[in-house]
Amino acid sequence: MSLMSEVGQKAFNLGVPLAVHMDVTYRCNERCVHCYLDHDDHGEMTTAEIKDALDQLAEAGVFFLTFSGGEVFMRRDFFEIVEHARRLLFNVKIKTNAVMIHEEEARRLRELAVDTIQISVYSHRPEVHDAITKLPHSFERTVKSIRFLREQGLRVTIANVLMTVNSSDHLGVQKLAAELGVHYTLDPTITPMMDGDTSVLALRIPGKELPEVFRNPALVGSQEEFCAPPKPPSNEDLEGYSCSAGHSFCYISPYGEVFPCVQFPLPTGNIRQQKFLDIWNFSPQMKEVRSIQAKDLTVCSSCSHVTSCTRCPGLAYVEGSMRGPSTADCEKSFYRTGVPTANMLRQGLSKPRTVSGNTVPLIQIRPIAVPA
Amino acid sequence: MPENCIYIARSSAIAARALAGEMMVMNSADSTFFTLNEVATAIFQAADGHTPLREIVRNRICEQFDVDPEQAQADAEQFVAELSGHGILIVSDQPLPSEAP
Repeated sequence: MSLMSEVGQKAFNLGVPLAVHMDVTYRCNERCVHCYLDHDDHGEMTTAEIKDALDQLAEAGVFFLTFSGGEVFMRRDFFEIVEHARRLLFNVKIKTNAVMIHEEEARRLRELAVDTIQISVYSHRPEVHDAITKLPHSFERTVKSIRFLREQGLRVTIANVLMTVNSSDHLGVQKLAAELGVHYTLDPTITPMMDGDTSVLALRIPGKELPEVFRNPALVGSQEEFCAPPKPPSNEDLEGYSCSAGHSFCYISPYGEVFPCVQFPLPTGNIRQQKFLDIWNFSPQMKEVRSIQAKDLTVCSSCSHVTSCTRCPGLAYVEGSMRGPSTADCEKSFYRTGVPTANMLRQGLSKPRTVSGNTVPLIQIRPIAVPA
Repeated sequence: MPENCIYIARSSAIAARALAGEMMVMNSADSTFFTLNEVATAIFQAADGHTPLREIVRNRICEQFDVDPEQAQADAEQFVAELSGHGILIVSDQPLPSEAP
């Protein structure tokens, strides 16, 4: 086990919120076709409120802090927020479309010793990228900004969301990432709109196209290992937990709401009304999330994939029960291994049902290093 | 200047947080990640740039941890050299300015 994994496990066991994802705004200068956010400002936290929240997070033991949005640079006080975070010695990561990053901003980010900047790039073809963002010349501006950041020696990761309109472009984006000397991640996750509108899910790539992704060694490492049939669970496995959501990780919205994860829309409290640690330690919802063990799962506890599935409790919650299956992850497990899941078998299916418009997001694939 | 009169300050490029008595430290420049034990954490926290290492060892280590002063000084110098090599600490024979971001 690596030192980082050991620390993660220690935080998990102690119930310390090691990592927090904070969206500082939902406003954005792009209008991406797949975006699930309402971009109007319904009363974002002020600079002082965010600084106070950061003070509380530092006191609670948070080490890894991700700022995202919306577009973070839509906030005029964003650098003031990052400065405060770095003064509190957080490891800071930023997710952005980068179109507002010029030489001066890149220099400032380096001075502040930001760990990583993750930037959305949808295609290596400008016309495809710009059609997705609905912002003319956004590809050109984003790539130019990546070069500014690299000139400053900053670590950059390109995040490539995969959907129907760019499904054939991921190899091109990988090549672009290698040319720019940055890391690359692929993410086939398309999430329903915050208002419940599921029309954007029509952009999801069909499950039958997943095997091509799962058999790409540049994305998954060892294909044999990644696609191996599931092993039977041990008693210890069944005592295990799904993920770090609510255990050592949580999400904070621009309005101060605290959730177990960015993909787990279960409100647990609001830092405008309560102290963060009171929510983290005493919220009944947070306690319920962290109480769920594999053996408690209504369908998945009897599934052969239970130890290797990336079942997301947040997506399961969106489907109806945080103890239930997450159909998108069932689909992923099936297409990864060829072995039907318990959720499919109980519905009498030998392969996932293809339903557009009411299925939930797919999976996330871990970042990989692009060869130098 | 007395022998071994060195000053240490934390680099502005680091992230750090205590977890159950140990200090997690990460250098953003290369993502090297360390955990420091209780004694190393005490030295790290006292690295303010203007307190000589010998004074840190005498006041923060020997008093709190009941260790031999010479051995503690030698161990502290080795620890400081190692973290300095990874860009976590800055070492000088002169007092250093604060390295806060």
